[in-house]
Amino acid sequence: MYEFSYQRPGSLAEAIAAIKSADDGQVLAGGQTLLPTLKQRLAMPSDLIDLAGIGELKGVSVDGGNVVIGAMTRHADVAGSAEIRAKIPALAALADDIGDRQVRNRGTLGGSIANNDPAADYPAACLALGATITTSERKLAAEDFFTGLFETALGDGEIITSVSFPVPDKAAYMKFKNPASRYAIVGVFVVKTGSDVKVAVTGAGSGGVFRVPDMESALAANFSAGTLKDIEVSADGLNSDIHAAADYRAHLIGVMARRAVEACG
Amino acid sequence: MSVTVSMTVNGKAVTGKVEPRTLLVQFLRDHLGLTGTHVGCDTSQCGACVVHVDGESVKSCTALAVQAEGAEVTTIEGLAKDGVLHPMQEAFRENHGLQCGFCTPGMVMSAIELVQGRPDISEKEIREGLDGNICRCTGYHNIVKSIKAGAAAMKG
Repeated sequence: MYEFSYQRPGSLAEAIAAIKSADDGQVLAGGQTLLPTLKQRLAMPSDLIDLAGIGELKGVSVDGGNVVIGAMTRHADVAGSAEIRAKIPALAALADDIGDRQVRNRGTLGGSIANNDPAADYPAACLALGATITTSERKLAAEDFFTGLFETALGDGEIITSVSFPVPDKAAYMKFKNPASRYAIVGVFVVKTGSDVKVAVTGAGSGGVFRVPDMESALAANFSAGTLKDIEVSADGLNSDIHAAADYRAHLIGVMARRAVEACG
Repeated sequence: MSVTVSMTVNGKAVTGKVEPRTLLVQFLRDHLGLTGTHVGCDTSQCGACVVHVDGESVKSCTALAVQAEGAEVTTIEGLAKDGVLHPMQEAFRENHGLQCGFCTPGMVMSAIELVQGRPDISEKEIREGLDGNICRCTGYHNIVKSIKAGAAAMKG
Protein backbone atom coordinates (compact mmCIF):
# COMPACT_ATOMS: atom_id res chain seq x y z
CA MET A 1 0.00 0.00 0.00
CA TYR A 2 1.04 3.56 -0.62
CA GLU A 3 1.00 5.82 2.40
CA PHE A 4 -2.17 7.58 3.41
CA SER A 5 -3.54 9.49 6.37
CA TYR A 6 -6.38 7.93 8.33
CA GLN A 7 -9.33 9.69 9.91
CA ARG A 8 -12.26 8.27 11.82
CA PRO A 9 -14.93 10.95 12.12
CA GLY A 10 -17.76 10.52 14.60
CA SER A 11 -20.53 12.08 12.51
CA LEU A 12 -21.61 12.33 8.90
CA ALA A 13 -21.02 16.10 8.92
CA GLU A 14 -17.43 15.56 10.07
CA ALA A 15 -16.92 12.87 7.44
CA ILE A 16 -18.12 15.17 4.67
CA ALA A 17 -15.89 17.98 5.92
CA ALA A 18 -12.93 15.57 6.07
CA ILE A 19 -13.42 14.26 2.56
CA LYS A 20 -13.94 17.71 1.11
CA SER A 21 -10.77 19.08 2.72
CA ALA A 22 -8.57 16.11 1.73
CA ASP A 23 -6.38 16.32 -1.39
CA ASP A 24 -7.65 13.02 -2.70
CA GLY A 25 -9.83 11.52 0.00
CA GLN A 26 -11.43 8.10 -0.12
CA VAL A 27 -14.25 6.85 2.07
CA LEU A 28 -13.55 3.55 3.86
CA ALA A 29 -16.57 1.38 4.69
CA GLY A 30 -15.87 -2.30 5.44
CA GLY A 31 -12.71 -2.29 3.35
CA GLN A 32 -13.25 -5.73 1.83
CA THR A 33 -12.68 -4.41 -1.67
CA LEU A 34 -10.87 -1.17 -0.93
CA LEU A 35 -8.08 -2.70 1.15
CA PRO A 36 -7.20 -5.37 -1.45
CA THR A 37 -7.26 -2.58 -4.06
CA LEU A 38 -4.86 -0.49 -1.99
CA LYS A 39 -2.63 -3.50 -1.34
CA GLN A 40 -2.28 -3.97 -5.09
CA ARG A 41 -1.43 -0.28 -5.41
CA LEU A 42 -4.32 0.22 -7.80
CA ALA A 43 -5.33 3.35 -5.89
CA MET A 44 -3.40 6.02 -4.04
CA PRO A 45 -5.72 8.14 -1.89
CA SER A 46 -4.17 10.84 0.31
CA ASP A 47 -6.67 10.17 3.10
CA LEU A 48 -8.91 7.32 4.17
CA ILE A 49 -12.04 8.56 5.91
CA ASP A 50 -13.32 5.60 7.94
CA LEU A 51 -17.10 5.67 8.41
CA ALA A 52 -17.09 2.93 11.07
CA GLY A 53 -17.49 5.38 13.92
CA ILE A 54 -20.69 6.95 12.60
CA GLY A 55 -23.62 5.33 14.39
CA GLU A 56 -26.27 7.08 12.27
CA LEU A 57 -25.15 5.07 9.21
CA LYS A 58 -25.88 1.68 10.80
CA GLY A 59 -29.04 -0.26 11.41
CA VAL A 60 -32.28 -1.55 9.93
CA SER A 61 -35.75 -0.06 10.22
CA VAL A 62 -39.13 -0.68 8.66
CA ASP A 63 -40.87 2.42 7.41
CA GLY A 64 -44.33 1.69 6.05
CA GLY A 65 -43.85 -0.56 3.07
CA ASN A 66 -40.09 -0.10 2.98
CA VAL A 67 -37.11 -1.69 4.65
CA VAL A 68 -34.48 0.99 5.25
CA ILE A 69 -30.93 -0.19 5.77
CA GLY A 70 -28.09 2.08 6.89
CA ALA A 71 -25.17 2.23 4.49
CA MET A 72 -22.69 0.92 7.06
CA THR A 73 -24.84 -2.08 7.94
CA ARG A 74 -22.75 -5.18 7.39
CA HIS A 75 -23.78 -8.16 5.28
CA ALA A 76 -23.84 -10.33 8.43
CA ASP A 77 -26.28 -7.89 10.04
CA VAL A 78 -28.57 -7.84 7.00
CA ALA A 79 -28.46 -11.65 6.86
CA GLY A 80 -29.30 -11.92 10.55
CA SER A 81 -31.92 -9.18 10.76
CA ALA A 82 -35.28 -10.56 11.89
CA GLU A 83 -37.03 -7.62 10.21
CA ILE A 84 -35.40 -8.19 6.84
CA ARG A 85 -35.92 -11.94 7.04
CA ALA A 86 -39.60 -11.32 7.67
CA LYS A 87 -40.15 -8.58 5.07
CA ILE A 88 -37.71 -9.41 2.24
CA PRO A 89 -36.24 -12.86 2.91
CA ALA A 90 -34.57 -12.87 -0.52
CA LEU A 91 -32.49 -9.87 0.51
CA ALA A 92 -31.38 -11.51 3.77
CA ALA A 93 -30.51 -14.68 1.85
CA LEU A 94 -28.51 -12.66 -0.69
CA ALA A 95 -26.52 -11.01 2.10
CA ASP A 96 -25.92 -14.40 3.72
CA ASP A 97 -24.27 -15.68 0.54
CA ILE A 98 -21.89 -12.79 -0.17
CA GLY A 99 -18.23 -13.76 -0.10
CA ASP A 100 -17.46 -15.75 3.02
CA ARG A 101 -18.25 -15.43 6.70
CA GLN A 102 -15.31 -13.14 7.41
CA VAL A 103 -16.15 -10.85 4.49
CA ARG A 104 -19.76 -10.66 5.72
CA ASN A 105 -18.51 -9.62 9.16
CA ARG A 106 -16.82 -6.55 7.63
CA GLY A 107 -18.35 -5.73 4.25
CA THR A 108 -21.22 -3.24 4.09
CA LEU A 109 -24.22 -2.51 1.88
CA GLY A 110 -23.06 1.03 1.13
CA GLY A 111 -19.53 -0.09 0.34
CA SER A 112 -20.79 -2.72 -2.06
CA ILE A 113 -23.07 -0.47 -4.08
CA ALA A 114 -20.64 2.46 -4.09
CA ASN A 115 -18.06 0.17 -5.65
CA ASN A 116 -20.58 -1.26 -8.15
CA ASP A 117 -18.50 -4.29 -9.00
CA PRO A 118 -20.12 -5.90 -12.06
CA ALA A 119 -20.19 -9.21 -10.16
CA ALA A 120 -21.45 -7.89 -6.81
CA ASP A 121 -24.81 -9.13 -5.48
CA TYR A 122 -26.43 -6.04 -3.96
CA PRO A 123 -26.72 -4.03 -7.21
CA ALA A 124 -29.10 -6.71 -8.56
CA ALA A 125 -31.26 -6.45 -5.43
CA CYS A 126 -31.34 -2.65 -5.63
CA LEU A 127 -32.34 -2.63 -9.27
CA ALA A 128 -34.92 -5.43 -9.08
CA LEU A 129 -36.55 -4.17 -5.87
CA GLY A 130 -36.58 -0.59 -7.15
CA ALA A 131 -34.54 0.66 -4.19
CA THR A 132 -33.96 4.31 -3.40
CA ILE A 133 -30.43 5.26 -2.44
CA THR A 134 -30.15 8.17 -0.03
CA THR A 135 -26.87 10.07 0.03
CA SER A 136 -25.56 13.01 1.99
CA GLU A 137 -26.96 15.20 -0.78
CA ARG A 138 -30.02 13.61 -2.43
CA LYS A 139 -32.16 10.57 -3.13
CA LEU A 140 -31.48 8.47 -6.21
CA ALA A 141 -33.47 5.68 -7.81
CA ALA A 142 -31.37 2.55 -8.30
CA GLU A 143 -31.99 2.93 -12.06
CA ASP A 144 -30.14 6.24 -11.97
CA PHE A 145 -27.51 5.22 -9.43
CA PHE A 146 -25.66 2.45 -11.27
CA THR A 147 -24.12 4.08 -14.32
CA GLY A 148 -21.57 1.55 -15.56
CA LEU A 149 -18.67 -0.72 -14.69
CA PHE A 150 -17.47 0.37 -11.21
CA GLU A 151 -19.29 3.65 -11.90
CA THR A 152 -22.12 5.26 -9.98
CA ALA A 153 -23.87 8.61 -9.96
CA LEU A 154 -22.09 9.55 -6.72
CA GLY A 155 -20.27 12.86 -6.92
CA ASP A 156 -17.05 13.88 -5.17
CA GLY A 157 -17.49 13.86 -1.44
CA GLU A 158 -21.02 12.43 -1.67
CA ILE A 159 -21.61 9.64 0.86
CA ILE A 160 -24.37 7.01 0.81
CA THR A 161 -26.32 7.12 4.05
CA SER A 162 -29.05 4.48 3.57
CA VAL A 163 -30.90 2.37 1.06
CA SER A 164 -34.67 1.95 1.10
CA PHE A 165 -36.10 -1.26 -0.34
CA PRO A 166 -39.85 -1.46 -1.08
CA VAL A 167 -41.28 -4.71 0.31
CA PRO A 168 -42.35 -6.89 -2.65
CA ASP A 169 -45.02 -9.58 -2.88
CA LYS A 170 -42.44 -12.14 -3.93
CA ALA A 171 -38.71 -12.09 -4.57
CA ALA A 172 -35.84 -14.50 -5.04
CA TYR A 173 -32.18 -14.31 -5.96
CA MET A 174 -30.27 -17.12 -7.62
CA LYS A 175 -26.56 -16.99 -8.15
CA PHE A 176 -24.14 -19.14 -10.07
CA LYS A 177 -20.99 -18.29 -8.22
CA ASN A 178 -17.32 -18.62 -8.88
CA PRO A 179 -16.25 -21.25 -6.35
CA ALA A 180 -12.97 -19.48 -5.54
CA SER A 181 -13.97 -15.83 -5.31
CA ARG A 182 -17.67 -16.46 -4.56
CA TYR A 183 -18.54 -13.56 -6.83
CA ALA A 184 -21.50 -14.06 -9.14
CA ILE A 185 -20.65 -15.40 -12.60
CA VAL A 186 -24.35 -14.77 -13.12
CA GLY A 187 -26.85 -13.70 -10.48
CA VAL A 188 -30.53 -13.03 -11.20
CA PHE A 189 -32.89 -11.22 -8.83
CA VAL A 190 -36.59 -11.58 -9.64
CA VAL A 191 -39.24 -9.44 -7.95
CA LYS A 192 -43.02 -9.50 -8.27
CA THR A 193 -45.14 -6.72 -6.80
CA GLY A 194 -48.75 -6.71 -7.90
CA SER A 195 -48.65 -7.08 -11.68
CA ASP A 196 -45.19 -5.54 -11.93
CA VAL A 197 -42.21 -7.86 -12.42
CA LYS A 198 -38.56 -6.90 -12.44
CA VAL A 199 -35.62 -9.09 -13.42
CA ALA A 200 -32.12 -7.78 -12.69
CA VAL A 201 -28.90 -9.49 -13.68
CA THR A 202 -25.47 -9.12 -12.11
CA GLY A 203 -22.16 -10.78 -12.95
CA ALA A 204 -22.81 -10.90 -16.67
CA GLY A 205 -23.04 -7.40 -18.13
CA SER A 206 -19.93 -5.60 -19.37
CA GLY A 207 -21.59 -2.39 -18.17
CA GLY A 208 -22.60 -3.82 -14.81
CA VAL A 209 -26.06 -4.70 -13.53
CA PHE A 210 -28.99 -4.59 -15.99
CA ARG A 211 -32.64 -5.55 -16.38
CA VAL A 212 -34.18 -7.97 -18.88
CA PRO A 213 -37.38 -6.36 -20.28
CA ASP A 214 -38.38 -9.40 -22.37
CA MET A 215 -38.45 -11.58 -19.29
CA GLU A 216 -40.24 -8.94 -17.26
CA SER A 217 -43.11 -8.51 -19.72
CA ALA A 218 -43.47 -12.28 -20.19
CA LEU A 219 -43.53 -12.85 -16.42
CA ALA A 220 -45.96 -9.98 -15.90
CA ALA A 221 -48.39 -11.81 -18.20
CA ASN A 222 -47.72 -15.25 -16.74
CA PHE A 223 -45.52 -15.57 -13.67
CA SER A 224 -44.11 -19.06 -14.13
CA ALA A 225 -40.71 -20.52 -14.89
CA GLY A 226 -42.09 -22.17 -18.03
CA THR A 227 -42.86 -18.74 -19.49
CA LEU A 228 -39.12 -18.07 -19.73
CA LYS A 229 -38.27 -21.24 -21.63
CA ASP A 230 -38.37 -19.66 -25.07
CA ILE A 231 -36.80 -16.34 -24.19
CA GLU A 232 -33.26 -16.16 -25.53
CA VAL A 233 -30.91 -13.69 -23.88
CA SER A 234 -28.43 -12.20 -26.31
CA ALA A 235 -24.73 -12.63 -25.54
CA ASP A 236 -24.05 -9.15 -26.96
CA GLY A 237 -22.63 -6.91 -24.28
CA LEU A 238 -21.99 -9.76 -21.85
CA ASN A 239 -18.60 -10.46 -20.29
CA SER A 240 -16.25 -13.16 -21.47
CA ASP A 241 -13.40 -14.15 -19.20
CA ILE A 242 -11.55 -17.26 -18.02
CA HIS A 243 -14.54 -18.20 -15.87
CA ALA A 244 -17.27 -18.11 -18.49
CA ALA A 245 -17.75 -17.03 -22.09
CA ALA A 246 -20.48 -14.54 -23.01
CA ASP A 247 -22.75 -17.16 -24.59
CA TYR A 248 -22.46 -19.36 -21.50
CA ARG A 249 -23.36 -16.38 -19.32
CA ALA A 250 -26.36 -15.70 -21.58
CA HIS A 251 -27.46 -19.29 -21.07
CA LEU A 252 -26.98 -19.03 -17.31
CA ILE A 253 -29.18 -15.93 -17.13
CA GLY A 254 -32.07 -18.06 -18.40
CA VAL A 255 -31.31 -20.87 -15.97
CA MET A 256 -30.91 -18.61 -12.94
CA ALA A 257 -34.02 -16.61 -13.86
CA ARG A 258 -36.14 -19.77 -14.08
CA ARG A 259 -34.78 -20.99 -10.74
CA ALA A 260 -35.49 -17.61 -9.17
CA VAL A 261 -39.09 -17.64 -10.43
CA GLU A 262 -39.51 -21.16 -9.07
CA ALA A 263 -38.06 -20.06 -5.73
CA CYS A 264 -40.63 -17.25 -5.59
CA GLY A 265 -43.21 -20.02 -5.25
CA MET B 1 3.70 9.30 9.57
CA SER B 2 2.92 7.14 12.59
CA VAL B 3 -0.20 7.06 14.66
CA THR B 4 -0.84 5.48 18.03
CA VAL B 5 -3.16 2.52 18.17
CA SER B 6 -4.53 0.90 21.32
CA MET B 7 -6.55 -2.27 21.64
CA THR B 8 -6.95 -5.29 23.87
CA VAL B 9 -5.21 -8.39 22.54
CA ASN B 10 -5.79 -11.70 24.30
CA GLY B 11 -7.00 -9.87 27.36
CA LYS B 12 -4.04 -7.49 27.62
CA ALA B 13 -4.14 -3.79 26.81
CA VAL B 14 -1.57 -3.00 24.11
CA THR B 15 -0.50 0.24 22.49
CA GLY B 16 1.74 0.67 19.48
CA LYS B 17 2.95 3.19 16.97
CA VAL B 18 1.99 2.16 13.45
CA GLU B 19 1.62 3.66 10.04
CA PRO B 20 -2.05 3.96 9.05
CA ARG B 21 -1.39 1.44 6.27
CA THR B 22 -0.21 -1.23 8.75
CA LEU B 23 -2.45 -4.26 8.51
CA LEU B 24 -3.90 -5.78 11.65
CA VAL B 25 -2.00 -8.99 10.95
CA GLN B 26 1.28 -7.06 10.65
CA PHE B 27 0.59 -5.37 13.96
CA LEU B 28 -0.10 -8.72 15.64
CA ARG B 29 2.88 -10.52 14.13
CA ASP B 30 5.56 -7.87 13.72
CA HIS B 31 4.76 -5.49 16.55
CA LEU B 32 3.42 -7.87 19.19
CA GLY B 33 5.31 -11.00 18.13
CA LEU B 34 2.11 -13.06 17.97
CA THR B 35 3.16 -15.17 15.02
CA GLY B 36 0.50 -17.81 15.54
CA THR B 37 -1.69 -15.84 13.16
CA HIS B 38 -0.45 -16.73 9.69
CA VAL B 39 -0.34 -14.88 6.39
CA GLY B 40 -1.17 -17.24 3.56
CA CYS B 41 -2.53 -15.63 0.43
CA ASP B 42 -2.56 -12.02 1.65
CA THR B 43 -5.59 -11.49 -0.62
CA SER B 44 -8.41 -12.40 1.80
CA GLN B 45 -9.04 -15.77 0.18
CA CYS B 46 -7.36 -18.36 2.38
CA GLY B 47 -8.31 -17.54 5.96
CA ALA B 48 -4.97 -18.40 7.60
CA CYS B 49 -5.01 -14.93 9.18
CA VAL B 50 -8.45 -15.16 10.83
CA VAL B 51 -8.64 -13.62 14.30
CA HIS B 52 -11.57 -12.46 16.39
CA VAL B 53 -12.34 -8.76 16.62
CA ASP B 54 -14.98 -8.12 19.27
CA GLY B 55 -15.87 -11.80 19.11
CA GLU B 56 -16.34 -12.00 15.34
CA SER B 57 -14.06 -13.69 12.85
CA VAL B 58 -12.17 -11.31 10.61
CA LYS B 59 -9.41 -11.75 8.05
CA SER B 60 -6.65 -9.73 9.65
CA CYS B 61 -4.84 -9.33 6.31
CA THR B 62 -7.85 -7.31 5.13
CA ALA B 63 -8.21 -4.99 8.08
CA LEU B 64 -6.02 -2.10 9.15
CA ALA B 65 -4.59 -2.03 12.65
CA VAL B 66 -6.15 1.42 13.10
CA GLN B 67 -9.59 -0.02 12.33
CA ALA B 68 -9.21 -2.19 15.43
CA GLU B 69 -8.67 0.83 17.68
CA GLY B 70 -10.39 0.12 20.99
CA ALA B 71 -11.38 -3.40 19.96
CA GLU B 72 -11.01 -6.69 21.77
CA VAL B 73 -8.84 -8.92 19.61
CA THR B 74 -8.31 -12.63 20.21
CA THR B 75 -5.67 -14.64 18.38
CA ILE B 76 -4.87 -18.34 18.50
CA GLU B 77 -2.42 -17.58 21.33
CA GLY B 78 -5.29 -16.32 23.47
CA LEU B 79 -7.35 -19.52 23.45
CA ALA B 80 -5.55 -21.85 25.84
CA LYS B 81 -6.02 -21.04 29.51
CA ASP B 82 -3.41 -22.02 32.11
CA GLY B 83 -1.83 -24.55 29.79
CA VAL B 84 -5.16 -26.21 28.96
CA LEU B 85 -6.13 -26.15 25.30
CA HIS B 86 -9.44 -24.62 24.26
CA PRO B 87 -11.99 -27.39 23.53
CA MET B 88 -11.78 -26.59 19.82
CA GLN B 89 -7.97 -26.85 19.84
CA GLU B 90 -8.23 -30.11 21.77
CA ALA B 91 -10.75 -31.41 19.22
CA PHE B 92 -8.33 -30.64 16.37
CA ARG B 93 -5.55 -32.47 18.24
CA GLU B 94 -7.74 -35.43 19.09
CA ASN B 95 -9.19 -35.81 15.58
CA HIS B 96 -5.98 -35.17 13.65
CA GLY B 97 -7.55 -32.01 12.21
CA LEU B 98 -4.30 -30.79 10.76
CA GLN B 99 -1.59 -31.97 8.45
CA CYS B 100 1.04 -29.27 7.82
CA GLY B 101 -0.69 -26.99 10.30
CA PHE B 102 -0.38 -23.77 8.33
CA CYS B 103 -4.12 -23.15 8.00
CA THR B 104 -4.88 -24.40 11.52
CA PRO B 105 -4.87 -21.12 13.48
CA GLY B 106 -7.36 -19.61 11.05
CA MET B 107 -9.43 -22.80 10.94
CA VAL B 108 -9.68 -22.91 14.73
CA MET B 109 -10.59 -19.22 15.03
CA SER B 110 -13.22 -19.49 12.29
CA ALA B 111 -14.56 -22.70 13.81
CA ILE B 112 -15.06 -21.22 17.27
CA GLU B 113 -17.18 -18.39 15.90
CA LEU B 114 -19.03 -20.70 13.52
CA VAL B 115 -20.21 -23.12 16.21
CA GLN B 116 -21.04 -20.50 18.82
CA GLY B 117 -24.46 -21.45 20.19
CA ARG B 118 -24.78 -24.32 17.69
CA PRO B 119 -23.60 -27.46 19.53
CA ASP B 120 -25.43 -29.69 17.06
CA ILE B 121 -24.17 -28.00 13.90
CA SER B 122 -24.35 -30.33 10.90
CA GLU B 123 -21.49 -31.40 8.68
CA LYS B 124 -23.07 -29.48 5.79
CA GLU B 125 -23.30 -26.30 7.85
CA ILE B 126 -19.67 -26.67 8.89
CA ARG B 127 -18.51 -27.16 5.31
CA GLU B 128 -20.47 -24.12 4.15
CA GLY B 129 -19.28 -22.09 7.12
CA LEU B 130 -15.66 -22.84 6.22
CA ASP B 131 -16.07 -21.10 2.85
CA GLY B 132 -13.41 -18.59 3.81
CA ASN B 133 -10.76 -21.02 4.98
CA ILE B 134 -8.59 -23.04 2.66
CA CYS B 135 -6.46 -26.05 3.63
CA ARG B 136 -3.66 -26.54 1.13
CA CYS B 137 -3.18 -30.12 2.30
CA THR B 138 -6.87 -30.65 1.45
CA GLY B 139 -7.37 -32.24 4.85
CA TYR B 140 -10.95 -31.09 5.15
CA HIS B 141 -12.40 -34.40 6.26
CA ASN B 142 -10.70 -34.36 9.65
CA ILE B 143 -11.08 -30.59 9.99
CA VAL B 144 -14.85 -30.97 9.70
CA LYS B 145 -14.76 -33.92 12.11
CA SER B 146 -12.73 -31.85 14.57
CA ILE B 147 -15.13 -28.94 14.40
CA LYS B 148 -18.13 -31.18 14.99
CA ALA B 149 -16.39 -32.63 18.04
CA GLY B 150 -15.27 -29.18 19.16
CA ALA B 151 -18.81 -27.84 18.90
CA ALA B 152 -20.11 -30.61 21.14
CA ALA B 153 -17.25 -30.12 23.62
CA MET B 154 -17.80 -26.37 23.81
CA LYS B 155 -21.38 -26.99 24.92
CA GLY B 156 -20.24 -29.00 27.93
